[in-house]
Amino acid sequence: MRQKIITLFAILTLVAGATALQADPLSDAYAGKFKGTTVTMSGPFTDNDAVKFNESVKEFESRTGISIQYEGSKEFEASISIRVNGGNPPDVVDFPQPGLLANFVKTGKAIDLSKVLNMTKVKANYIQSWLDMGTMTGPKGPIMAGIWARVNVKGIVWYNKKAFDQAGYQVPKTWDELKKLMDQIKKDGDAPWAIGIESGAATGWAATDWTEEMMLRTTSLANYDRWVKGQLKFSSPEVRRAIQTWSDVWFGDGNVYGGRTAIATTSFGDSSKILFDNPPKAWLHNQGNFIVTFFPEGLTPGVDFDFFQLPAVNSTYGAPVLVGGDIYAMFKDRPEVRAVMQYFTMGESLKTWVQSGGALAPQRDAQLDWYTNPVDRRLGELLKTAAAVRFDGSDLMPGAVGAGSFWKEMTAYVSGTHTLDQAVKAIDASWPK
Amino acid sequence: MAKQHRALGYLGFILLLAATAVVLYGGFALLKTIGGSKILSAAFAVVWGVGSVALLYFVLNMGAERLPRRARAILVPVVFAGPALVLLFWFLVLPTLRTLWLSFFDDTSTRFVFLENYRFAFTDRIMLESFRNNLLWMVFGTLLCVGLGLVIAVLADRSRWEKLYKAIIFMPMAISFVGAGVIWKFIYAYKGEAAGIQEIGLLNALVVALGGKAQAWLLIGGWNNFLLIVIMVWLQTGYAMVILSSAIKAVPAELLEAARMDGASEFRIFFRVIIPVIEGSIVTVTTTIVIFSLKLFDIVRVMTGGNYGTNVIANEFYMEQFTYGQTGRASAIAIVLLVAVVPVMIYNLRQFAERRAFK
Repeated sequence: MRQKIITLFAILTLVAGATALQADPLSDAYAGKFKGTTVTMSGPFTDNDAVKFNESVKEFESRTGISIQYEGSKEFEASISIRVNGGNPPDVVDFPQPGLLANFVKTGKAIDLSKVLNMTKVKANYIQSWLDMGTMTGPKGPIMAGIWARVNVKGIVWYNKKAFDQAGYQVPKTWDELKKLMDQIKKDGDAPWAIGIESGAATGWAATDWTEEMMLRTTSLANYDRWVKGQLKFSSPEVRRAIQTWSDVWFGDGNVYGGRTAIATTSFGDSSKILFDNPPKAWLHNQGNFIVTFFPEGLTPGVDFDFFQLPAVNSTYGAPVLVGGDIYAMFKDRPEVRAVMQYFTMGESLKTWVQSGGALAPQRDAQLDWYTNPVDRRLGELLKTAAAVRFDGSDLMPGAVGAGSFWKEMTAYVSGTHTLDQAVKAIDASWPK
Repeated sequence: MAKQHRALGYLGFILLLAATAVVLYGGFALLKTIGGSKILSAAFAVVWGVGSVALLYFVLNMGAERLPRRARAILVPVVFAGPALVLLFWFLVLPTLRTLWLSFFDDTSTRFVFLENYRFAFTDRIMLESFRNNLLWMVFGTLLCVGLGLVIAVLADRSRWEKLYKAIIFMPMAISFVGAGVIWKFIYAYKGEAAGIQEIGLLNALVVALGGKAQAWLLIGGWNNFLLIVIMVWLQTGYAMVILSSAIKAVPAELLEAARMDGASEFRIFFRVIIPVIEGSIVTVTTTIVIFSLKLFDIVRVMTGGNYGTNVIANEFYMEQFTYGQTGRASAIAIVLLVAVVPVMIYNLRQFAERRAFK
């Protein structure tokens, strides 16, 4: 008995010692050591997203006394460069595009997280592919540049469930069934799709998402990876076919509410709203799961709206899941900033957001029962059970392409300023050498 | 006794100078520590910033005044213009030189590429498109602003309601370019074609009311540039109008009377008398608006983001630097833009000098 107690004691001491050695900024924070400090943060969350973010960190703030000030901007992609290159970065930056972060890592502006966080905990809480996607090359070699927070599943087709059931439509399981459904809706006198790609200075990104989804559905994963790295050209037959596949849907007569030209002038967030007009003006809307924050208020997930995954086009390639997400990087090293970053690696930093809908948590300690509605739970399952997952390609490409020519040329193509041929060649030409 | 007095005076001055330095630096140090409360630090920055600069001028001037007459004549201008020149050098000349330097390097500013970025600036498809658009802005924007401004100034001059007309034309000047962009976004708004669509755009409402078809105005290649130029004209005509109006009012009445006595028609008087007299003002207004349209950025950024063939040089510069991270290219574009503006500016300054605006 005594022996046992001593052993237990020894083990406890060892564990305590090990924990002490492996400094943990978070426990210091919970001990109240950083009370009264402020951590500034910049990112693209505005409106509803900003409210949900603030809600999700509220408990942390009151427990630690650290105030997290999030400054959201719709011009985030442009404004963050001004701040970082001007030598006045916020403490933490929330990038919706790893490609943009990679630019700053390249010039040595971001802090290597593996040196400041408790990496044992971080590694235990993410699957390898998220860690890989957070590792980027700096001037002195690869660093842990960021950690993944809220993630989105893309290639999700939303529909107004009540009206859909009433009209007697069936959820399509294959591309052919989808085409038949589109024909049926048109025959009934409505437009099948609600599509908008206007997004201020970022106009065109919604078209890049469709391109990625079609790349995953019309060619191999290996080709997708080569394309993202710039090895497979936009002018290749594979990429052209992917763009052509969605073009057939978008440009087909009567397929999109408002017609082809209205796609470029309609804001991506507004475009989804007409699904819920009474009667609906359009029936289907393909967008990441974050779009639910743009839906009219007061809708019940699973009752008023539901989703199906965009079906496979070709059974050989199936329907791999496209994901996007926010990666948080650290630009100023202070103890309280470390604590906040460590906190963001925990599922609980997203708990209330997950509960209120519109977000999926990539962390391992996030519980499935946090998803309070059937729609989010099914999305969470989709992410977990997917045969293959790929990250949003445009967000991984260099900024000049992923936040530049890809958006702009797809916009030019949709608006009819450029032909497909002109557009893909212009994107290829803009790829940094 | 007098000597002693003077020595004391110098000592006092040096102490005062030291005190000023303390106020200047101490305020700066204090400002850094305040940080937390934004309102407090802003208020402090204003009071301290204005106050300490005024103090610095006052003290330096006092020192200069004490010097013998000859030294004073040299030092007083230095005291007053010196700090401004130093700041100008620091904030304007140095960055320009650095931009020039960076324009010869690659995107990370480490590898020397010499003229590669300039080759890009003059051959890239989007850059060429931007050059073309800036030319459109320069020619049509300026012509319309100055032309309309002149016509309105002349007509209003003969009207009973001059003040009212001028106030209305001048009012948009109070609106920022971004604000104007938002207003015009609603004017050009397009919702598409389908059953039950209500156009909310003013222009489309007019077109539909007249029996036409709604258009996506900002997507119409070529014409969309002119639709954007209209916004600048709307904003800037007021500026041209007030300057030209005051010039017209300064045309001597005897001159006009003499012309009328000689039997000149009103058109003849306008072209042969008024225009030559106010030529200086026309040139000034024109060059100002030309420079303005060369640097144009906000309207395009807000309305189209440079899409649909409406890009301009300044927006492309911004995209290269802040979205694509291409520092070298962006620097090269900035230098090209600077070089394009400089001749107009020199011409403008010459005009000022001729009219003794600086004497």
